[in-house]
Formats: sequence, C-alpha cells, structure tokens
Amino acid sequence: MYSDRCMDHFRNPRNVGTIKNPDGVGRVGNPVCGDMMEIQIKVKDDVLTDIKFRTFGCGAAIATSSMITELAKGKTIEEALRITRGDVADALEGLPPIKMHCSNLAADALHAAIEDYYKRKGIKIEPLKKESVEEHEHAAGI
Amino acid sequence: MKIVYMDYASSSPVDPRVSQAMLPYFTESIGNPSSIHQIGAEAREAIEVARRQVAGLIKAEKPQEVIFTSGATESTNMALKGVLRRNSDKGKHMVTTTIEHMSVLNTAKYLTTGGFDVTFVPVDSYGYVDPQRIAEAMKKETTLVSVTYANGEIGTVQAVEEIGRIAKDLGAYLHVDGVPAVGKMEIDVKGENIDLLSMSSNDIYGPKGVGALYVKKGVKIEPLIHGGGQERGLRSGSENVGGIVGFGKAAELAKVEMVEESARLRSFRDKMISEIGSRTKGAQLNGHPEKRSPNNVNFRFNYIEGEALILRLYDLGIAAATSSACSSKTLEPSHVLRGMGVPPEEAQGTLLLTMGRWTTEKDVGYVLDTVPGVVDLLRKMSPLTPESEV
Repeated sequence: MYSDRCMDHFRNPRNVGTIKNPDGVGRVGNPVCGDMMEIQIKVKDDVLTDIKFRTFGCGAAIATSSMITELAKGKTIEEALRITRGDVADALEGLPPIKMHCSNLAADALHAAIEDYYKRKGIKIEPLKKESVEEHEHAAGI
Repeated sequence: MKIVYMDYASSSPVDPRVSQAMLPYFTESIGNPSSIHQIGAEAREAIEVARRQVAGLIKAEKPQEVIFTSGATESTNMALKGVLRRNSDKGKHMVTTTIEHMSVLNTAKYLTTGGFDVTFVPVDSYGYVDPQRIAEAMKKETTLVSVTYANGEIGTVQAVEEIGRIAKDLGAYLHVDGVPAVGKMEIDVKGENIDLLSMSSNDIYGPKGVGALYVKKGVKIEPLIHGGGQERGLRSGSENVGGIVGFGKAAELAKVEMVEESARLRSFRDKMISEIGSRTKGAQLNGHPEKRSPNNVNFRFNYIEGEALILRLYDLGIAAATSSACSSKTLEPSHVLRGMGVPPEEAQGTLLLTMGRWTTEKDVGYVLDTVPGVVDLLRKMSPLTPESEV
C-alpha cells in the first residue's frame, strides 16, 4: 500500500520529539478523526535551524511528518512556506489516494508553526493561504 | 522471518485434512449432482454427507435444514431479505442491534428503502444486548430478530437462547449470525431457539466461497437466488461440490476437536487479556471479560492510532488487525466500539488479536513480549501523551 520511501520514514522517523524553548509550535488535525500532528521549530536569521515533530496517526501521518522535517530543515522561512502537501507526497514517492486528504497534514503543521513564530515575534502577517482540500466524504454511520 | 498469525477472524488457513478431502472433487469426481448418471450420483452423495456433517455441528434436527450458499454474507442476506419479504403479510418490521456485522447492518438498512422498518437496539459498554431491550423493541408487526452469537470484533457473547424465547413468544423468527462462534462454541440450534443460523466455511478451517444458512423446518422464507431449484428451491445454481465437501469435512473435524481446542484457546486468551492489560500502558479491554468467544482479544490503547500499531507489529513478525478509522474503507472508526459508547478518539488505537487451530504458546509469548514496547514507542511519538504518562 505504501511506497518503500514512505515505509522507510514510517519505520525510521527523522526528527521525532520536542525542542527546548521552541520559537514556534504548530498543531493541526483532530484525534477524533485519527490524525494529529505537532511541529516545533527553532529559527535563527530567518532560517529553520531545528525542527521536530510528534504525531498521533497512521503510517502516512507519521511518514509525512518525518518527511517535512527533512524538507524544511535548514531552509529559510520563505522557502519553508512554499512547501506544499503535494511536495511532501511527491517526496514520499506518492501516497495512497485515500490518505491524500486526511493524513497529509504535515505541510499545514509546518505553516502553523511558522505562523506561531511570527505571532510570538509580534510580526503581523496576512493569514497564510490554505491549500484547498476537498473534504473527504465520511460514509454515513448507523 | 516467521510470521505469528493473529488474524484468524479475517482469514483462516484451510486444514490440510480438509483440502485433502476436497481434491478428488476437482479432478476425479467431477459430476453435477443433478445429473442422472453415476458420476452425478456420487457428487449428490458427497453433498449429502457434507450436509449431515454441518447439521451435526450445530445439532440441527434434520440435515435438510442446512442450505449451502456462497458464504456467510449471502446467508445473512438470504435470512433477512427472505424472511422479511416472505412474511410481509404479517408485518414489515425487524429488530437487530447496532453492533452487527456489516452484512446484517447494510442489508437491514437496504430493506428500509423497500418499505421495511428496522429497529437497531443499543448495547451496553461491553457490547452486550439486554434481552429485555429486544423485547421492548418488538411490535406485533415484527417478523424477524437478528443478533450475532459472538461479536466478531469484540468477542462478546449474547444471550441467544433468551432472545430466541422472546422472539418465539412474540411470533417472530430469530436469525443468528453464527460466523465467529460456530466451531468454537457449542451451538444447539434447537435448544437455543434459533430459527436461522448463518455460517462460514473458512471460519472453521474450510475453503472460502462456501457457507450455509440453517433454516429450521417450517420457517417461511423465500430464496435470494432463483434458477434451477437446487437446495430445495432455496438456493439455485449448480453446487460448489468441492467447496461443500471441504466445508463438511471442516465441520466434522470441528465437532470432534472443538472442546479441547477451545479450552486451549481460552487459556491463551485469558493470559493475553491479563498480561497485555498489566504490561502495556494505557490498555483497556474491549468487550466482555467472561462472556467472550474463546479466540478473541481486543484492546484499545490511548494516545495511539491502530494502523501505525499494526504496521509496526508486522515489521516485528506479528499479523494482527485494528478497527481504527484510518484502516477502514469508510474512514470511520469501528461502529461496534461507537455502539458501545467508546469516544471516537479512543476507538482509534485498537488492537484485535484472533487466534486459531495453529496458534502456539510460543506465539502468545512473543506477542506478550512485543506489544508493550511497540505501544510505548508510539505513545512517545504522540503529541497527545501527557508528560506524566510518557
């Protein structure tokens, strides 16, 4: 079901954990739906010098979280803001279609962490544009 | 790496004694039971032997009460649609529970689109349905009550005999989904007031693609599949002779070996329930601790998600199942756990272990040594785990 690259990030997740005194924290998702991610960042001279994640979720949720920490580490904030959900999925050699919407939240978590960083700095910014995501249709329960 | 298989409820191996018994029916005894000649007669006889074997396992009075089908989903479809439609002059209402297998729930829901009315009775936090609630849900228009003998996901065993008595007193038939229980628990269709019983061959180590519906003599039912009138006109189509022979052989073996096998599985089950519970952080048993099928262990662990748990366990050589939202086709967490009142976020981290004929003590030991560490690792990765519980 998952690509080799995806399974590699699931089995050996990079940058798991928390940062002491982070400069920004982003949390997205909802445990009720089965996915929740937290990204913590350290910023120096507009560069993401450190990034860590913690995730509650399925294989894809963990793999995308791990991947985004690799994609974003060492990048400038501007570059990090340009990383999309699609970039994360591509870097993982694709995700199963059913996982594209609900578990591919890592880019959102990174952007939320950057927004938090700006907020802490007192920098006013336009709210970040969210990628449009079709709501997956939950089948009607009994 | 050797895989420790703990997913018998999803699929079971065919017992080699069963496949051996089936083989001649693919190459030598290839007759159609409806043919007049001797080759056909042999096939007919083989099917009737199998019918007696299956009837014997569930203590049916007459072998003719067993109708062979393509599997338990067909059997439940036939039971629900066949009884409701055939008895619609009496009424158009059926009663079932919120935690039935999808083949019952979705068939029942489908029937509501055709003018039938269904009451879904809630269960308690163990997944147990109070027979009194069934009685309260019944109306004079009720023609069928349908419950599972033992729930396939959480193992909870229902008070079938009592529910059967209630149905009978109020003039309705009782259909029981017997799939997770047949061959593992003593079932006595007559003694337990069961009018219809759905069965699956693969769940008793027979081949896939075969099942049966027990229809007690006198039950008014119409067929689901029309055609050449096989199976007393209740299930047309040339018989799957090899598959039916295998199902029969599997039933014969189950009847002989069930008591000993179930006692062994029960001891494994109780060991796993007690030790996973005590050795794993945040573990909570799903289902009833005692009224439970012999081979079922189901836990939920807080702060973690089931699919990740299953993938990690498989990397370590354990094949198991979960009912988390992410692992399902509908992206909804288990309707069984929701029906028991488990909050959706807690229903995500479930682990379902189902054992069978070839499960060993060593397998159980390996699972007990492996599960706590994997759960702990995922908890440490989860942002939901409070600092104090890491």
